[in-house]
Amino acid sequence: MNIDLYERIWMWAASALVVMFLAAILVPAAVQAIHPPSHVETLDPTKLAEHPEFATGGVNTRSDGSVVVSVAASMFAFTPNPIEVPANAPITFRITSADVIHGFQVVGTNANAMAIPGYVSQMTVTFATPGRYIIACHEYCGLFHHEMVGTLIVR
Amino acid sequence: MAGKHTLAASHIGVAVAAFGVASFMGVLQALSMADIAFPWRSESLYYMTLTAHGVLMALVFTTFFIMGLGYVLARESLGRIVGQAAGWLAFGLGTAGAAAAAVTILRGQSTVLYTFYPPLQAHPLFYIGATLIVVASWIWGAIIIASFRAWRREHRGEPIPLPIHGLLATIILWYLATTGLAIEVVGMLIPWSLGWVEKIDPMVARIYFWWFGHPLVYFWLMPAYILWYNVLPQIAGGRLFSDRLTRMVFILFLLLSTPVGFHHQFSDPGISAGWKLAHTVTTYAVLYPSFVTAFTVIASLEIAGRMKGAKGLFNWIARLPWSDPFFASVALAMIGFAFGGFGGAINAAYAMNALVHNTAFIQGHFHVTLGTTVALTFMGATYWMLPRMLGRELRAPALARIQPYLWFFGMTIFSTSYHIAGIRGLPRRVYSGALNGTAGGDWHGLTVAAAVGGVILFASALAYVIVVVATWTSGRRIDAPPFEFAVPLRPEPVAGVWDRFGLWTALAIVLVVLAYAYPLAQLLSHPRYGSPGFQPF
Repeated sequence: MNIDLYERIWMWAASALVVMFLAAILVPAAVQAIHPPSHVETLDPTKLAEHPEFATGGVNTRSDGSVVVSVAASMFAFTPNPIEVPANAPITFRITSADVIHGFQVVGTNANAMAIPGYVSQMTVTFATPGRYIIACHEYCGLFHHEMVGTLIVR
Repeated sequence: MAGKHTLAASHIGVAVAAFGVASFMGVLQALSMADIAFPWRSESLYYMTLTAHGVLMALVFTTFFIMGLGYVLARESLGRIVGQAAGWLAFGLGTAGAAAAAVTILRGQSTVLYTFYPPLQAHPLFYIGATLIVVASWIWGAIIIASFRAWRREHRGEPIPLPIHGLLATIILWYLATTGLAIEVVGMLIPWSLGWVEKIDPMVARIYFWWFGHPLVYFWLMPAYILWYNVLPQIAGGRLFSDRLTRMVFILFLLLSTPVGFHHQFSDPGISAGWKLAHTVTTYAVLYPSFVTAFTVIASLEIAGRMKGAKGLFNWIARLPWSDPFFASVALAMIGFAFGGFGGAINAAYAMNALVHNTAFIQGHFHVTLGTTVALTFMGATYWMLPRMLGRELRAPALARIQPYLWFFGMTIFSTSYHIAGIRGLPRRVYSGALNGTAGGDWHGLTVAAAVGGVILFASALAYVIVVVATWTSGRRIDAPPFEFAVPLRPEPVAGVWDRFGLWTALAIVLVVLAYAYPLAQLLSHPRYGSPGFQPF
């Protein structure tokens, strides 16, 4: 193909930039297993009130010291609330919804997942800084979406 | 009205009307998010107008504008529109669909936002109306393809006229994209909203939605690119730098813009990490044609500056027609896209996406991409098309000259504020940025700044609508100037490999199947329970 020299240089440079961007994602994914939350687990959203884990939600410490937080989102609250977890420990959040799609975002951190009825989202996060964090619903869920706020206390 | 463009002009008219109404709603939303009181401020008004703003801007304004532009290009580059009567039928269907959807939204029966994720449930007419708009666009696509085939029979072996090459890529991409939407809306949402089926799987619906949702962005962007490549160098007084690479860019968009949808679903359950990674690779690949575009278009402008006598390294920039409303709109749109493109690269990197997903950062992002790159290009194109379509001189040209700069200024404030607020954690789409009094201090100043930007944007939108309406109703009658397209430095002598649409379409279909068949089959094989519908209050 007859392509101008400068344009050819630009095309190689652009290719290099794309490869660099991709490498910045692929290398940590391959070497450190850094992935987005991609858990696949289903449950019946209409029977959440009888569900052993999500009926009340809760914070549970396993025998190996890891902490599991089970959260049920519903219009317009998170259950349980507030949530208290230790600092500097891996916290596994398990999140689902009792009605419509909600979001679960610990403001100021990268703890961020969707709460989708019928599915369980799961992610593991370590909080280094103790304090009170806002948990915001970040997916429109109805007229009081903006009031759907929870509290995370890291001790 | 010069009769041969009546069909196109009617589409542009609907687009501008939708844009005007949606702009007014937009400014109310920016005020509301900043907790600035105004007389009718309420939760239901906010979310209802947010739905209307999204549907009118993202679906009605864009689709109708693109259809109108497509008819202009077919008439001018191919010399014909085959099946004009079907075009009027499509116009009627699309307008009726838009009106039906708008009525259910304004009556508060469909406050589900323009992403309409189930199990939030809208009035059936909302889904049916939106479907009619898409059906109209399908008919439009078929008309353009039929017009092209008729042209081809008389011009065997010739390269496809460049504007039509881009338009065909846009249409084929749109058929691929809307297949996902049709499965979601016709196969799932309409039967469920009518009560024929009780339950719906929200996750499956989301996958079909984002199969459509990302190429939708390119359905908006590619007509803007068609204008950048084919009209901008002409208005600037230059030549198109590279004919062949322009064709390559359009084909790459056709291939790569659909198999990328999971980058909107990084935070979703139900899709494995490996497939999210696969869609990340294609997402970054689709950056490439935009990088090539940046070179070709800017090189074309440099040619224009040099043809006007510029000698230095950069003084060609000053020789460009910055007071021409089309030129200024597109040049500013391109600057916006530089920011939008890199913002998109951030969103697609999933470690960084985890910080900004569904925050105001995303609002900021698509207001520099759709809201500036696409919308400003379309506004500029309106100034270019109106005199040529209607045979009327542009009214209030001074207002038209200022308007793009005002838009760019307002959008810079608006978008930058939301980008920063999003990084701090402000969720998107909230009636009150204070989040029930818990979070005001972290970003209140930024939401107020965004509201100021929103007011400036509204002033600019108003100026645009005034120029269009004044030109249409009382512009001085003139002989319609010709539609002229940029001449390439080295035109393609014969139809080359990038003109082989059969081949590229087949490859694009293969890529969509590769990207979606397995993860969908995986999800569908799980025990799934489904959700009944919910109202948003």
